[in-house]
Amino acid sequence: MRKLALTDEILLKIDKPARYIGGEVNSIMKDRERVDIRFAMCFPDVYEIGMSHLGIQIIYDMLNKFEDVWCERVYSPWMDLDEIMRKEQIPLFALESQDPVKDFDFLGITLQYEMCYTNILQVLDLSGIPFFAKERTWEDAVVIGGGPCVYNPEPVAPFFDLFYIGEGETMYRQLFDLYKTCRKTGKSRKEFLMEAGKLPGIYAPEFYETTYHDDGTIATFYPVIPELPRKIMKEMVRDLSDTYYPEKPVVPFIRVTQDRVVLEIQRGCIRGCRFCQAGQLYRPVRERSLEFLKEYAVKMLKATGHEEISLSSLSSSDFSKLPEFIDYLIEECRKRHVNISLPSLRIDAFSLDVMSKVQDVKKSSLTFAPEAGTQRMRNVINKGLTEEVILNGAKLAFEGGWNKVKLYFMLGLPTETDEDARGIALLANEIAKLYYETVPKEKRNGKVQITASTSFFIPKPFTPFQWAPMCTREQFLDKAHTVKTAVLEQLNKKSIKYNWHEADASVLEGILARGDRKIADVIYMAYKKGCIYDAWGEYYKHDVWMECFEACGLSMDFYTTRERSLDEIFPWDFIDCGVTKEFLKREWQRALREEVTPNCKMACQGCGAARFGTGICYEERS
Amino acid sequence: MKYRIKFSKYGSIIFIGHLDMMRYFQKAIRRAEIPIAYSTGFSPHQIMSFAAPLGVGLYSNGEYLDIELTQEVSTADMKEALNRTMAEGVEILSVKALPKNAENAMASVAAAGYFIQIRKGHEADLVFGEGFDDFMAQSSIPYEKETKKSRKLLDLKEGIYDYEVKEDGIYLLVNASSSGNIKPGMIMEAYYAYLGRKPSEFDFVVTREETYTKNEDGQFISLDEVGKDI
Ligand code: SF4
Repeated sequence: MRKLALTDEILLKIDKPARYIGGEVNSIMKDRERVDIRFAMCFPDVYEIGMSHLGIQIIYDMLNKFEDVWCERVYSPWMDLDEIMRKEQIPLFALESQDPVKDFDFLGITLQYEMCYTNILQVLDLSGIPFFAKERTWEDAVVIGGGPCVYNPEPVAPFFDLFYIGEGETMYRQLFDLYKTCRKTGKSRKEFLMEAGKLPGIYAPEFYETTYHDDGTIATFYPVIPELPRKIMKEMVRDLSDTYYPEKPVVPFIRVTQDRVVLEIQRGCIRGCRFCQAGQLYRPVRERSLEFLKEYAVKMLKATGHEEISLSSLSSSDFSKLPEFIDYLIEECRKRHVNISLPSLRIDAFSLDVMSKVQDVKKSSLTFAPEAGTQRMRNVINKGLTEEVILNGAKLAFEGGWNKVKLYFMLGLPTETDEDARGIALLANEIAKLYYETVPKEKRNGKVQITASTSFFIPKPFTPFQWAPMCTREQFLDKAHTVKTAVLEQLNKKSIKYNWHEADASVLEGILARGDRKIADVIYMAYKKGCIYDAWGEYYKHDVWMECFEACGLSMDFYTTRERSLDEIFPWDFIDCGVTKEFLKREWQRALREEVTPNCKMACQGCGAARFGTGICYEERS
Repeated sequence: MKYRIKFSKYGSIIFIGHLDMMRYFQKAIRRAEIPIAYSTGFSPHQIMSFAAPLGVGLYSNGEYLDIELTQEVSTADMKEALNRTMAEGVEILSVKALPKNAENAMASVAAAGYFIQIRKGHEADLVFGEGFDDFMAQSSIPYEKETKKSRKLLDLKEGIYDYEVKEDGIYLLVNASSSGNIKPGMIMEAYYAYLGRKPSEFDFVVTREETYTKNEDGQFISLDEVGKDI
């Protein structure tokens, strides 16, 4: 039996002790004496969030398939345990072995969103690993970052020994072999990091330096050791049907956010919405084969006993074999009494038919993501959804018995006017009107319920909007107010509910997203002043963050509201994500001209991702 | 076809609460591919019922749940199939087929046996069990039960059917029916109060040893004695 790191008393005192005990079905136990490399894989947020993440499950499974490696999981202790661990000086431990993280060879931290950055420091702190990479020795685990946020690693660069840029399936084996050789031959830690930095996709930040212009923008960014690459190309899986995927994901004891089998049907997106980072980072689109998906769906359901399966992808409707796969799933799942949870599909006759088969129409709602309220604005963001398509979809759905509609929009998009903001209310009203026109009184199941939600737009690296100024907090709130007022002016205002996000946290997210290395000091100071779990509204301390920016002498506007010039060197320019800066620039200019760009299925735009020699770029176009 | 499953909880799984144990078994039954019956509707659920919820932190050698199957399965096979997919700290101890007229697990619970020990590091300056005979010899054992809404005065003595002071702890057989359920902690509180002490929240390690029902003759028999192997 495993000995737990926490005493029974502590476990009985804290909320949800199951977060910390490990031992879940399909978690991997190995003999610590019989592996060469111990890898702690950390998602720096609470267990229920971290356990729901597919990428980590893929890497966990893959690393444990390596015989000489034991990969274990680590999550951020929740506030209650955090306090106890500090007071009683209990070191952070991995769930499987319950051994201290500090004794591991590697600590991998996945960066899924910017607002988890202070939690990275929490994890290092509780582990007893020095915050700054330059202070670490062979006594400390090698700290390696991965995930989408490492496409701009600079704000957290001083805290990491290495970053793995791109998809995780490809480069770990080589990295581990290098590690083993370096340890065996008595190389220094620095020598190892430098060698690692020569591997494809691996970035060793301490060997890179930045110089700045007087205005704070970057003058040069270069490796101090000439053998290291000036540009680092992202890693990418060429064939998604011939790669690692978990057959037996870990089954949590407690309910987590994704309490179901998650099957990734394809990676990447053909659409090229100009605000969307994932749509650029994962280019080109690669589909998994039908055989692969069928096999894994059944294997994973059997191995987990989950009562639900969900399909994951950025835009499932674009998956070429979707109808065939869904038919298969409906059949398999009916046999097994398993529910199918559908990712947001484009609403059309096909998807409504599928939805009516797998969901209770009366309870479920339709989801549209027009992202902007007017056609002009949708052209700017390259969101192909027209009002006509939305209304046609809604009409079909109303006829099919649906009466709940969810609409998602963004506010604060480049070039957005009051009219665009008000357009959100007008569109919601049109849909409500359509309901009353379409469904005769006697067939109505109450009022139509339309929920319009807006989030604030945050420009992200590697998107055509990386040059765009971001709104201030006040501008955001004004815009939300404009929408709110406009909703109240609508004839069907009683059928429309409007929600908007907090603006404070969006400002910080904007800074961290496009920040440079100077920001690391602010993050460190904010952590020292008690900031942690910033992604959780109730713990986010806006004032403290503002104080820290001031104390570090950094202007927030420099990172957010400033419009970047076309020739500015960005902190993330040394990364090659496949899509070229030229393409993004072209897209930015087309956006300003309100020009729509066709998607990859219609016509290739020469974005640069064809270099990988795979995916949509090499498929026949109809 | 109704079946009754008996299982134990030991090790780290004691930190998994009752609702999560239910979810755990739902998934385990799917993994073991047991032909369980489902309710109808858009989100069908398994026909399953637990005997008596066990609090977080308690060990057990006698937990029960009933399930309904759509076809007959050998009890030995089911036990093996389930044990193959258990997490560390749960073991299937028996699987029995129930007679048609059997009461469901929850309704049939009459009593439970508990073994109570002092938690390591919480040893007080008393020999645990000291004076317990005298405590039990009282004509009544009043206990004020406080819930969020009300206070109720109980006589614990009525609900303690048997006890034994052993070298390493105290065994108690108490009422566990839905109407008169007594928690071992209540008795420990009363016992300590009798000694002029107050226990702290974590002083005891409690193991539910068995869950009982009553047979026609009014005798306590373990819940799985109602069923048989097939
Ligand atoms: S190269 Fe062409 S087809 Fe390939 S991802 Fe880029 S735009 Fe799409």
